[in-house]
Amino acid sequence: METILGLDLPTWWFLVIGGLITGYGVLDGFDLGAGALHLFFKKEESRRLVLNAIGPVWDGNEVWLVIAGGALFAGFPLVYGVLLSTFYIPFMLFLVALIFRAISIEFRSKEPWLWWRKMWDISYTVSSTGITLLLGLVLGNLIHGLPMNKDHEFTGNLLTFFNPYAILIAFTTLSLFMLHGSIYLVMKTENRLYTRLTLIVNNCSKFFILCFILTSMATLIYVPHMTHQFKSHPSLFLLPMLAVLIVLNIKRNVDARKYYTAFAYSCIITACLLILFAVGLYPNIVISTTDPAYSISIYAAASSVKSLKIMLLIAAIGTPMVVGYTTFLFWTFRGKVKLNEMSY
Amino acid sequence: MPSVEILSRIQFAFTIAFHYIYPPLSIGLGLCLVIMEGLYLKTGLAVYKDITRFWIKIFALIFGIGVATGIVMEFEFGTNWATYSHYVGDIFGSALAAEGIFAFAMESAFLGVLLFGWNRVHKGVHYFSTCMVALGSIFSALWIVIANSWQQTPAGFRIEGHDLGARAVVTDFWAMVLNPSSVDRFSHVIIGAFLAGSFLVMSVGAWYILKQRAVTHAQAMFKVGLSVAVIAALLQLFTGHRSAHYVSKYQPAKLAAMEGHYDSSAVAPMYIVGWVDNKNEQTTGIKIPGGLSFLTHGSFSAPVEGLRATPKEDRPGAVNFVFQMYHMMITIGITLIGLTLLAVFLLWKKKLFQQRWLMVIFAWAVLLPQIANQVGWYAAEVGRQPWVVYKLLRTSDALSRKVTADQVMFSLILFTLVYVLLFTLFIYLLTRKIQHGPDISENAEIEYDGYYHDNITYHPTKL
Repeated sequence: METILGLDLPTWWFLVIGGLITGYGVLDGFDLGAGALHLFFKKEESRRLVLNAIGPVWDGNEVWLVIAGGALFAGFPLVYGVLLSTFYIPFMLFLVALIFRAISIEFRSKEPWLWWRKMWDISYTVSSTGITLLLGLVLGNLIHGLPMNKDHEFTGNLLTFFNPYAILIAFTTLSLFMLHGSIYLVMKTENRLYTRLTLIVNNCSKFFILCFILTSMATLIYVPHMTHQFKSHPSLFLLPMLAVLIVLNIKRNVDARKYYTAFAYSCIITACLLILFAVGLYPNIVISTTDPAYSISIYAAASSVKSLKIMLLIAAIGTPMVVGYTTFLFWTFRGKVKLNEMSY
Repeated sequence: MPSVEILSRIQFAFTIAFHYIYPPLSIGLGLCLVIMEGLYLKTGLAVYKDITRFWIKIFALIFGIGVATGIVMEFEFGTNWATYSHYVGDIFGSALAAEGIFAFAMESAFLGVLLFGWNRVHKGVHYFSTCMVALGSIFSALWIVIANSWQQTPAGFRIEGHDLGARAVVTDFWAMVLNPSSVDRFSHVIIGAFLAGSFLVMSVGAWYILKQRAVTHAQAMFKVGLSVAVIAALLQLFTGHRSAHYVSKYQPAKLAAMEGHYDSSAVAPMYIVGWVDNKNEQTTGIKIPGGLSFLTHGSFSAPVEGLRATPKEDRPGAVNFVFQMYHMMITIGITLIGLTLLAVFLLWKKKLFQQRWLMVIFAWAVLLPQIANQVGWYAAEVGRQPWVVYKLLRTSDALSRKVTADQVMFSLILFTLVYVLLFTLFIYLLTRKIQHGPDISENAEIEYDGYYHDNITYHPTKL
């Protein structure tokens, strides 16, 4: 098989998709987390401030999901079809939650009535939390593996998805995004809201550390296939050790009120956890719990060599452009958030 | 309970038709915003600043719903049409990925600056962002139409594997991108979008003129809309003809259904209005004899391939539906040309804004390009049935194998409820915004100074 810099093309595309999902987690993670925390702010002005803190950027962040979806469709069409049709009901709920989240942000400040704003505030928090939990649930099931037969057909039912491990991963994802979101908000706010947020950050970091410890133990005990890769390449053990160090560092920086550093670390931990997951899966994407031989590997699922090459070229041209726009956007709206007449 | 196939088709048709209310408006409005803000930068007149800011707010509302309903479309390929996804992923997937990375990312990032960057960035940077959003929305349409066109006229591929494992694999990327219908269909779609957006601008302008509100602003926006609409309406005649021509060449059964032409090879008329009896394979109505022959072959006596040339199981079933949708689109297209030319003539005579009856028509005419865009797609998509990829993959073979009717029924009901709510809220908020009207600058001298004011007083209703 053809290789570029020693890696074959499906592996390259696996890295591209991994990179896109990581980008999505790092970027949309903080605005989903901010959404999940929204109802903790009681005053109207505080709610508007935290909403406008993500105002100009959330839509751009969500684009990473669209690109990651397109990349999965293009590179591993078999997996795209199998995964989305297997998780039919969770994905439909996910899509509806995405709609509600978008319109909650958009519609909330369009009317001054108390009930109107309260309704969209609740819808915003419920949809943001729901999106995060569903993402975590799907992720948890992918780590855990699914009952798949030799025709790549799912043999379980809706309840199969709600196993304790996947539920734990769902809550870990929520705790991670809440921590990530609260640190972002602390960077964007000032005065009393800032003070209030520093308390929230502290609580979120405790919640996350608890979830992180539970997940680590559960993975080691119940999901042995995730650690195979690590046993054959012992140097990879540096990754989970790095993750632990970063988690401790977030706590230290939060306590020292160095929120910019803490935010950088919470970006890194999000990336780190997703990389751990990718390393554990590789070279499979969907693991069958029925028989490991029925798992779908990136080689079985990949598009043609020609198509992968074209798309790697597209990605090589497109990625610097996307990074450019994103940087421009975040630079334009740097600093503490202020309300003006164009605000939500 | 209906079959998974029927339910999945209804769900896809419903969600795409609903989604398609919004992108054409964004694309058309994007172009109008580029003109309005350009005029403001060129003339420095407050009226252009006011209407630009007014339409930016409406753009935000429309764009937001377009994004939310568009993500549904992307994932529905995988959830309901897994076999199709596997079959076309190599080709369709790359167009979709290109759309995301080249168009959507650009659109969304610059949208942030367009919506929230007023007085925060230099005016040149703001205008650049407006242009990039408009351009991004056009690129988006480009890649999506390319993907759809490939399904109508597949090119640059070969088939690998067989039965359930079969898939199309790209052999020539540019032949795939520039397949025989890409250019014609893209130009037709994009001009339809310009019409949708510009008619919305004119409709709101006309309504203010009728209500005698903000008349200077109303006339300014009407003129911007009209300048786009008249060119677009005339160009649409040309792109429409080109599209019909490609259909006659590559999808003869679809064209035959559009005109209700059954004889496998005979001189074919063109109907102005008509009715198709698909059971007895007969079409009646007012017609131009030999019209279709002339359209396709340039001669009134040339034979045209009819529906009977295609085996019954390979041709569209809903012939009358395709016929009616196609004719409705054409009737509206001609009406739009008439309306815009009349308006331009009256504007030239300086009598346009006194014609109340015409303003009433324009206030309602916003619906016409919307309907034409919808029914045009119905004709195109129902007309290529029973194929999802023309002559290669049947719609009935494209489904997800493991999805059950119960599941699709659940999601269909869910989407129906959500979209009814969404549409009601959209109409309500759009009406409110239009009723509120543009905020008129009290001092015409105040210019965009390019600096961010922290102390801007915001609207009192936004507590």
